[in-house]
Amino acid sequence: MDLLAFAIERYNYWIFITLMMMGLFIVIARGNLIKKMIGLNVFQTSVFIYYISIGKIAGGTAPIYLPEDLKARMAHGGDHAPLPGKDAIGAGAIRVDESLHGGAGFAGNDLQSLAGKAAPPEGAALHSAPEGAANDILAAPPLTIEDHAGAAGAAADLAKAAAEIVYSNPLPHVLILTAIVVGIATTAVGLALIVRIREAYGTIEEDELEAADDIAEFGYVPSKRGLPEQRAGA
Amino acid sequence: MTQFLAQLPVLPIIIPLIAAPLTMLLPARALKGRIPCLFATLVSWIAFAASAAILHSVATAGPISYHMGDFAPPIGIEYRIDLANALVLTLVSGVAALAFPFSYASIRAEIDDHQLSMFYAMALIAMVGLLGVVITGDAFNVFVFVEISSLSTYALVALGARRDRRALTASFNYLVMGTIGATFFVIGLGLLYQATGTLNMADLKIQLAGRDNPMVEAGFAFILVGMGLKAAMFPMHLWMPNAYAHAPSAVAVFLAATSTKVAVYVIIRFTYTVIGADFDFAGAAFEYLIAPLAVMGMFFASIVAIFQDNLKRMLAYSSVGQIGYMLLGISFGTEQGLAASLVHLFNHGLMKGALFMAAAAVAFRVGSETCDGFRGLARRMPWTAAAFIIAALSLVGVPGTIGFISKWQLLSAAFDSGRAWAGFLIVASSLLSVIYMGRVVELMTLAPAPDASAAVREAPLSMLVPMAILVAANIYFGLSTELTVDLAERAATSLMGAAR
Repeated sequence: MDLLAFAIERYNYWIFITLMMMGLFIVIARGNLIKKMIGLNVFQTSVFIYYISIGKIAGGTAPIYLPEDLKARMAHGGDHAPLPGKDAIGAGAIRVDESLHGGAGFAGNDLQSLAGKAAPPEGAALHSAPEGAANDILAAPPLTIEDHAGAAGAAADLAKAAAEIVYSNPLPHVLILTAIVVGIATTAVGLALIVRIREAYGTIEEDELEAADDIAEFGYVPSKRGLPEQRAGA
Repeated sequence: MTQFLAQLPVLPIIIPLIAAPLTMLLPARALKGRIPCLFATLVSWIAFAASAAILHSVATAGPISYHMGDFAPPIGIEYRIDLANALVLTLVSGVAALAFPFSYASIRAEIDDHQLSMFYAMALIAMVGLLGVVITGDAFNVFVFVEISSLSTYALVALGARRDRRALTASFNYLVMGTIGATFFVIGLGLLYQATGTLNMADLKIQLAGRDNPMVEAGFAFILVGMGLKAAMFPMHLWMPNAYAHAPSAVAVFLAATSTKVAVYVIIRFTYTVIGADFDFAGAAFEYLIAPLAVMGMFFASIVAIFQDNLKRMLAYSSVGQIGYMLLGISFGTEQGLAASLVHLFNHGLMKGALFMAAAAVAFRVGSETCDGFRGLARRMPWTAAAFIIAALSLVGVPGTIGFISKWQLLSAAFDSGRAWAGFLIVASSLLSVIYMGRVVELMTLAPAPDASAAVREAPLSMLVPMAILVAANIYFGLSTELTVDLAERAATSLMGAAR
């Protein structure tokens, strides 16, 4: 049961793994070059989702610096925390300053305090790592993404209050913006190549391409696979 | 002047990066397309001069840490240059500085005139990407530069389509495999980032200390597989022979001498600087996975090379085998093995560059890329043939050439670390390279020239001079090992020291 909960709490990773495997399978199993490109895209997108999910904090906001707001909050100090048992929020506000420089560490610390968990920073294996804390918060009942979306009473209030000071870790998102650009460029180059292949060979099916190359090189198809008649020339 | 020198580490990147789009604007048809070629050559020479200056500075004054935009390292992007990257940096920019002037005659014959400016722009970008991978100390930056170089490489390979449409499918396969490799690398980086919250290599090393958990192991595995794909590590080499065989000859010269070596460098960097010796799994991965694969690659690829008719494809398969030597050297896990690996990385770049240049010169004059084109070549193109023979001897490992130095280093590393079997396997697979190189040398020297021989002249000077310089380097570094071996040993010491 615990294992199941453990698995479900990390649903973002399951999405990532499923998509990644689907993408890889399409790349390997499909003979049509366009389908290969799509598979490659699915594969890359899965990595985008992985990166985005490790930086996401439920209720966290975009990391935008608001000087006056920050000053006001600094003046209020710990009193600002509106909910009992969540004094950590005040501490979080003070730490915002750091967050501008060290997104990663900040996100982790705050999350842990927000979740009301006394997880020690150097705690058990995998998910006590700073970014792993994203999972802690996903697991904490009042703060799941669904609750936030559903605007469920106190949870929504807390999320709102938290949103004022809790930032999603921007670094993975920025990194993946770069990777998305790279992915688009790769897709564009790939599709351009496919167009050229189609012009040169008259087909974009891998089997037929191989057969056409074999005919051009040897005059026959060494690997007989019951292919349709080939267009050897182009 | 000091102000200028302070910016030295970024020059090999920033100058070609700015020059590349400018190259695209240069007229391709005026003066027989010489303008973009000369401009790109000039830029590559500047990059080489900067790299050599960096190497000199690192060798005398120790590692350089350059902060991009003056943001301090763990947050900002750092260019961290120690001897290992300085050596590879010099190799890449040096080969580029020779490949650009060399490419002029060859590429004009193989692509359309109006593509010349584009070609040189892309070649510069490919060079920037490779230099960037080597120079950077930021893990994600490595991915960005890998993709910069890969994307332009896909286009460069596809340019071979005018001669042979198979360049298109080869390029497409390279794109698919290369993207999978790069994406694996990013997944690995993501896992390491999730474990540590940092992307700076030196900082990663500090943060990872004592965190031997499955996440880090998985991250390392992803990085190893991703870069193994890029490095054409056996059995992930399938994209390479076709890509090199069908790419324009000048492109093959540059890629064969640099791109896979850079990927091997990244493997070294991540194994020693990022993961370090604390982690048993890295050692285990090398002992039980990389070493057997390296040996299989050495033999399998060499045997396949023997049966290749297309010379460039044969050389590509030979590269797969040579990558095996480098990985075998790393897998010893000793300082000596690492030094041997670095020496071979450097030396192999020089000899494969020279061999591919000779192949390109033959393709340019004879118009054939098959071994048949080499028939009686010694009489028709004596200089090219001589260059090919010296480089081939170097590949085999004859004393007096760089091949001997790297084989010697590898052998002594193998025996000193108690791996006599590896030593014997290295020698045995070298014998295979005698067979495939000897076959071509025999055709060149002993076989009679075909009838059309009268029409074939020696390659133009623009090809001969860079080829001669590379061949001279093959001999020079084979006799004077100060630069390569000493630097590689010091680099290995510092890498191993950092790993501990």
